Amino acid sequence: MRRLLSLTAALLALGLPAAAAAQCPKTTLGDIEDEVMCPVCGTPLSLATEAPQAQRERELIERLIDRCRSKEQVKSTLAAEFGDDVLALPGDDGFDLTAYLVPGVALLAGGVALGLAAARWRRRRPAAASGPAPRSEDSEARLDADIDRYDL
Amino acid sequence: MRRLLAPLPLAVICAVIALIGLLGYGLASKGGDSAIDEALARGEREQAPALALPRLEGGGEASLARYRGRVVVLNFWASWCEPCRAESPLLERWHRRISKRGGTVLGVDVLDVTSDARRFAREYRLSYPIVRDRDGGSLRDFGVVGYPESVVIDRRGRVAAVKRGPVDDAWLRSRVTSLLREPA
Repeated sequence: MRRLLSLTAALLALGLPAAAAAQCPKTTLGDIEDEVMCPVCGTPLSLATEAPQAQRERELIERLIDRCRSKEQVKSTLAAEFGDDVLALPGDDGFDLTAYLVPGVALLAGGVALGLAAARWRRRRPAAASGPAPRSEDSEARLDADIDRYDL
Repeated sequence: MRRLLAPLPLAVICAVIALIGLLGYGLASKGGDSAIDEALARGEREQAPALALPRLEGGGEASLARYRGRVVVLNFWASWCEPCRAESPLLERWHRRISKRGGTVLGVDVLDVTSDARRFAREYRLSYPIVRDRDGGSLRDFGVVGYPESVVIDRRGRVAAVKRGPVDDAWLRSRVTSLLREPA
């Protein structure tokens, strides 16, 4: 009986923290503040050290963390409070769309430029791989004379 | 010169110019709208931009159009703004004074935590209507770049005065009192 009680206590001791962690998915301020913006400052919250609005935002985040909100729940609450712009993602309409388009276009343009440069380089290269270059009569005569001189 | 006109360098130059142009456009489009200030400088009153936002308390929405026929002191503030704390009691006194004569203060709480804003309103016993602009969308229309700022709107819905900073008694007296005498 005593053994059974000890085993039960051990199992509970192992299981309870895991269950508690599952119910209270603790995130940290540091984990969140580089993924959200300070809306007044226009910078990531982690960079806005002195701004009063940033301080209030951090206090809100800490209150939510104390209430066992997950990272995604905290970010959702911030978006509900300050709009989607707080989520440090560029918008997807109007001028903000360029934040997504320009890198893609630049990559594509870079790839095309590389391809063109490679093609041009291949065209300019002498045809060394296709075998020895054709020799002139003059060089042929010189080669024969050299071979005769050193004929063993 | 001929090398510069070759296709690849030309494409690179065009791309750089396009990026610089895009940057310039982006910077220009993010700036505040100065049309109101420019009109006032010319002695003109422009029609106030539309404003319709959710109320801070009590649910529902309030719009500027609803106050047509009244003189409105539109005050942009936030609970984290220190000068806003200093001017709030003054605005409350003025609201009680002018509401009997066809005027009102209308507060716009911007980029603020809702619970903080409500606590602020209770702390200063603000009785004037307050709406909440959660993402600051109204700031650009009114050319607001700091806190607090106030815009005075006449009975016909036109901007009659702007204060880029905290208001004081003398300023409100000089701008608002005469508007209360104007017909709707």
